[in-house]
Amino acid sequence: MTANESKLDSIIDEYNAEPGSLISILQDIQAEYNYLPEESLEYVAKRLDIPRVQVFGVATFFKAFSLKPKGRQQIHVCMGTACHVRGSKKVLEELERKLEIKAGDTTPDGEFTLETVNCVGACALGPVVVENEEYHGEMTPIKVESLLNSK
Amino acid sequence: MKVTSVNELEAIRSEILAGKDQDKPCIAVCGGPGCLANQCLEVRDAFVNEIAAKGLTDKVDVRTTGCHGFCECGPIALIYPQEIFYQGLSIDDIPEIIEETIINNKTVDRLLYTDDEAGQLVETEGEVPFYKQQMRLILGNNSKIDPHSIEDYIAIGGYSALAKVLGGMQPMDVVDEIKNSGIRGRGGGGFPTGRKWESTRNAEGDIKYVICNADEGDPGAFMDRSILEGNPHSVLEGMIIGAYAIGSNEGYVYVRNEYPLALKNINLAIKQAREAGLLGDNILGSGFNFDLKVNRGGGAFVCGESTALMASLEGKPGEPRAKYIHTSDKGLWDRPSNLNNVETWANIPLIINNGADWYSAIGTESSKGTKVFSLVGKINNTGLVEVPMGMTLREIIFDIGGGIPDNKAFKAVQTGGPSGGCIPESLIDLPVDYDRLTEVGSMMGSGGMIVMDEDTCMVDVARYFINFLMEESCGKCVPCREGLLRMGEILTDITEGRGRMEDLDLIQDLSEVLRDASLCGLGQTAPNPVMSTLKYFRNEYEAHIKDHKCPAGVCTELITYSIDAGNCTGCGLCLKKCPAEAITGETKQPHVLDAGKCIKCGICYDVCKFDAVRKE
Ligand SMILES: Cc1cc2nc3c(=O)[nH]c(=O)nc-3n(C[C@H](O)[C@H](O)[C@H](O)COP(=O)(O)O)c2cc1C
Ligand code: FES
Repeated sequence: MTANESKLDSIIDEYNAEPGSLISILQDIQAEYNYLPEESLEYVAKRLDIPRVQVFGVATFFKAFSLKPKGRQQIHVCMGTACHVRGSKKVLEELERKLEIKAGDTTPDGEFTLETVNCVGACALGPVVVENEEYHGEMTPIKVESLLNSK
Repeated sequence: MKVTSVNELEAIRSEILAGKDQDKPCIAVCGGPGCLANQCLEVRDAFVNEIAAKGLTDKVDVRTTGCHGFCECGPIALIYPQEIFYQGLSIDDIPEIIEETIINNKTVDRLLYTDDEAGQLVETEGEVPFYKQQMRLILGNNSKIDPHSIEDYIAIGGYSALAKVLGGMQPMDVVDEIKNSGIRGRGGGGFPTGRKWESTRNAEGDIKYVICNADEGDPGAFMDRSILEGNPHSVLEGMIIGAYAIGSNEGYVYVRNEYPLALKNINLAIKQAREAGLLGDNILGSGFNFDLKVNRGGGAFVCGESTALMASLEGKPGEPRAKYIHTSDKGLWDRPSNLNNVETWANIPLIINNGADWYSAIGTESSKGTKVFSLVGKINNTGLVEVPMGMTLREIIFDIGGGIPDNKAFKAVQTGGPSGGCIPESLIDLPVDYDRLTEVGSMMGSGGMIVMDEDTCMVDVARYFINFLMEESCGKCVPCREGLLRMGEILTDITEGRGRMEDLDLIQDLSEVLRDASLCGLGQTAPNPVMSTLKYFRNEYEAHIKDHKCPAGVCTELITYSIDAGNCTGCGLCLKKCPAEAITGETKQPHVLDAGKCIKCGICYDVCKFDAVRKE
């Protein structure tokens, strides 16, 4: 399996396998693998001794979790209100055209994942695009090309 | 450092202060979210390196701080002790600052702020118009301390409120003080904080919890983030005082997943407070025990709602429950729980230190103290502002915010996040307090203030919020789940030219059902953005429906682009940039735009330097 049991054990043991820590455990697994491999969810359910439906329920409820592997480069377009009124939608559309994928998807070569977020707290610089933790403020559709080419 | 009594805290404070040379130059570099995005850490490193190169490392301090508020001008640095305000810094400016200001004691004029109205340069932070009219009780300390240093916090009087409480106030005295101050919750609802504490205090149960809501889900707002990042100990101090008043020994801080730095800083602050004996057993030798855990949110807006937040703390999906039983009686794990917002907690030490009378003298009849707003959108001075309650929208937007960029006309300001409404120009002299905002169909919310100009389409804004809420609805109750979906469809129809006048009545009906029948605040307040825009900007809805026009030129289905042959110089820039190959023409000849091929991305409009692209 993709997820390795001893790695999962060490994460789960850090929280004493407490069901109340389910969200934190899944966050750590996601940080490790970039997504939540399906087997890891089953394993967590077994170790915490809770129904699988509870684990899948939490894993699909929160936006922070992904059941699909993500690309090597992650591009997050802020769709918060401040960015919206300054034209973030046009920036997103241009990124979708250039990468030939829709928001939420990963390019077939596994290079880019394009996602939207609701406010990254840098509203003063909107529209904001975050690529791999680096912030780019005052984005426009025209700047998209150089953003992608700098990769 | 371990502090075992109230007296010892004072001794330690004196010791820290004695060790600090007040005249020693200190460069406080803003490390807030806006400046971070503007590479302020490189600027900070340049200061450190330049100081080392000049052999001044022992003579000058460099401090990376939380947000100073004036994001528009970032990267920002304040030079203490004079409080010289330098803005728009780049690494190339640093040697000159060190040479001129630190060594020769002169200002570098080109890096100072220009007060356009007075037509002159200003030297210190306090003279900058953006800061002059603010009252920065909460945010002001951000530039004075390193958020990673508990000593810095103690040096500016930190934990003295806690010492005052544990050194001689009964829990009920504390509750009364908070009640008398008149403070209301800063997280949205505006519930009186003292009354909430009293209910939790009086609730049956041995184990009670205090919780800090740092989920800050309101898009366009970053006040809580800046407090938690810039001054985490102030929030901790408030929480420890609250726990003592309520009779709680255990607490939680629930931090939004997108805020890694806030998470890091609050975790470090907790560790330091524990080591100092300000958290844990027998705090300051008083016999009172209290400790805290930090949880990360999972990126769901609804988890900011109190019962959903508590469900999520229990490791469950964040679905709210009906609140006929209050969380002050049965909250987290069915035990009495007191939830307050970050900014509410940060106000507590101020109230205790200065007294309820002092606090209640600030603000209006029904709203006391100051409020932090994130002033963003179409505004010149974007950033965080803190003003006394009751200041008018005009003062905030025009005097502090500097008005609207590019000489555009102000259209509306949106307050209260997705639960709030849009306030039109005719109400610009409204004093900002909880009740006045609610009266006009908006609300205080957590403090987002998004300014909109003539180029913002109000129907699009309404659709934006409904779509946001539709995606964030947890889906537990039908009115919210289905109602928002239908509202979204109707608004999309209107923005795409398929709207009918009857739709406006339908939206009105749906809004009432949502307001009356939804389970939690998300659905109950969801109609606000729609109702307020419909009330104040009905003409825009009608223009979309009857004339198939978007007056602001935003809704792509209702606009067309064309090239004005008179203005076009045939420079070819639009032709080169058009992703749809919809533009043709010979060099130096007027170009032509094929509306059939146009995908309305607006790039030609943005790149044209000759005002030759028309948008109608
Ligand atoms: C959908 C929804 C989202 C909310 N999000 C937040 C939030 O992000 N931060 C916050 O402090 N309060 C939020 N609230 C308000 C909380 O439910 C609660 O009233 C508040 O945290 C109480 O603290 P206070 O009394 O100090 O304001 C939200 C409420 C609703 C209905
Ligand atoms: S709205 Fe985009 S960063 Fe806040």
